[in-house]
Amino acid sequence: MEFSDHFFRRESGRIVAALIKVFGVQNLDLAEDVTQDAFCRALELWKMRGVPPNPSAWLMATAKNRAIDVLRRERTARTFSPEYGKMLQSEWTLATLLDVQLGPEAIQDDQLRVMFSCCGRGLSEDAQCALILHILCGFSVGEIARAYLASNSALEKRLARAKKVLAHSHVLFDLANDIEFSNRLPSVQRALYLLFNEGYHGTSAERSVRADLCDEAIRLCKMLTEHVLGATPSTFALASLMHLNAARLPGRLDADGNLAPLAKQDRSLWSEPLAREGAELLERALAGPEITTYHFEALIAFEHTKARSAQDTNWKAIVALYDGLLNIHPSPIIELNRAIAIAEAHDPVQGLVAIRAIRDTDRLLNYPFYYAAIGDLMERQHSFFEAAENFKTASALARNAQEREFLMARFKGCLNRVSVGTI
Amino acid sequence: MSDFLFIYRGGDASTSREQMQKTMEVWMAWFKELGASGCIKEIGNPLEADGKVVISNKSVTDGPYAETKDVIGGYTMISAPDLAAAAEIAKGCPILEAGGCVEVRPILQMSM
Repeated sequence: MEFSDHFFRRESGRIVAALIKVFGVQNLDLAEDVTQDAFCRALELWKMRGVPPNPSAWLMATAKNRAIDVLRRERTARTFSPEYGKMLQSEWTLATLLDVQLGPEAIQDDQLRVMFSCCGRGLSEDAQCALILHILCGFSVGEIARAYLASNSALEKRLARAKKVLAHSHVLFDLANDIEFSNRLPSVQRALYLLFNEGYHGTSAERSVRADLCDEAIRLCKMLTEHVLGATPSTFALASLMHLNAARLPGRLDADGNLAPLAKQDRSLWSEPLAREGAELLERALAGPEITTYHFEALIAFEHTKARSAQDTNWKAIVALYDGLLNIHPSPIIELNRAIAIAEAHDPVQGLVAIRAIRDTDRLLNYPFYYAAIGDLMERQHSFFEAAENFKTASALARNAQEREFLMARFKGCLNRVSVGTI
Repeated sequence: MSDFLFIYRGGDASTSREQMQKTMEVWMAWFKELGASGCIKEIGNPLEADGKVVISNKSVTDGPYAETKDVIGGYTMISAPDLAAAAEIAKGCPILEAGGCVEVRPILQMSM
C-alpha cells in the first residue's frame, strides 16, 4: 500500500486533538506521549508486516488502547477532562466513552477546538502559529524552525512556553458557545493567514517547506469553512485568497529554479483547479455585507489569476482595490504594492511618486523588495545607475540565497547598462 | 543454500512524523526487494522494547533495558548460499543508515 504524502503528519494532528479532548488540555504532554507511542508502534510493525487495510483506524485504535492504560494508571494522580470527569473513573463507562470520543465523527470538531484553543489570549501570533503547526499539523520542532529560519533551541523555547500557556488555560475551547466563537474567530483567521503568508512570502529558501505551509493553511481553513459558525464571509474570503495565491505558486520559479517576476512568469503553470476553487470561494465571500482585508486581498489575487498576461491585467482595478484595502488597514507594505500597481496602470514616474509618498517607511527599510521596486522603476526609465544602487541595497537585505541571486542578477543587469551608457 | 537469522539492533528513534514516514517507506521498499529476490524464508517480527528477564534462580526482573544501540528491534530469517552472501544482503538494510546494525547468524542445521 502507498501512503499519501504527509500521511503521518496529518494523522498526528487528528489523534492528538482527540486525545486532548479526553485527557483535558492540561494533560497536553500525555496526549503527545500517547500519540508518539502509537506512531512508534505503527512504524515498527508496518515496516516489517506491511500496512493494515485502514491505517488511520489502526492508529486511532492503538492510541485508544494506550489511552485506556494511561487513564487507568494515572486517574488518581491526575485530573482529566472535566467534561467527562466521572465517566473516565468508572470501568463501566471508560472503554465505551473512548470508543465514542475517538470515533470518526468527533474528530474534525476536535481539531477545530484545539485550533481555537491555540489562538487564545496570552499567546503571541508567532506562538499561535508554532502551536498550530506542531500540534495540528504534526510538524517537528526542527521543521518549524526551518520554515521560520529560527534556531532549533529558540523554537524549542517558544513552543515550550506556548504549550505551558495552553495547558494552563484548563478548558478546551467550546465551539458551541457562539459568542465566544465569533470573538475568537478573527484570531484564528489571522493565525491561518500568517501561516499561509509565511509559506507564500516566507523567508525559508526551501520551496518544499514553504509549499507545505501553504497546504496546511489551506487545509485548516477548509475545516473552518465546513463548520457552521466558522463559515462566515470573511472565512470564505480568507480561503479564497489562499487558493488564488496558491494557484500562482507553481509559476514563481523559472525553469532554472530562480525567482521569476510576475511579468515573466509562465502563466500556463498556474493551477487551474486552485484558481477555479478560489473564484468559487470568492463568490461565497461576497454573499454577505461584511468586507474585510481578506476580501480585498482575494479580489486583488483574483484580478491577477484571471489575467492572461501582465499587460492584460486590469491594473486600474487593482489600484482601486489597494485603495480600499488601505482604507481599512493602513500599512506601508500595502502602500508599496499599490505604488507598483500604479506604475503598471500609468507609468514608472507615477509609481515612483507614489513610493516617495509613503510616510511610514520604517518597516520598509529592511525589506529587500522596497529597494527592488524602486530599482525596477528606475531601470524602466533608464536611470540604470540609480537602479543598480537600489538592487545592490536590496540584495544585501535578501533573506535567502534565492532572493539574493535574483536581486544580484537584476543589479548586474543594470550595471551592464550603466557601462554601456558611459562608453 | 543455508538459513540465516538477521537480528536488527538499535537504529532510529526519530520523533518527526515526516521522518518516520520516510523511514517506514524505505524499510517497506527493502523488504519488498528482498521478497522479490526470493531470499526471505520467514519475514519475522518486530519486538517490543521492554520485557522480562528470568535468571537462574528463577527470579524475574524487568528488562533487558540494554543501551538503545543494543536493543533488538526484530528479526528476519533469510536463505543465502553462505555467510558472506548473507552479510552482503544485510548491507542493504535501512537500519544501517540510522546508526543501527544487523547481526547475521547462521542457523545450525541437523544435517548428517
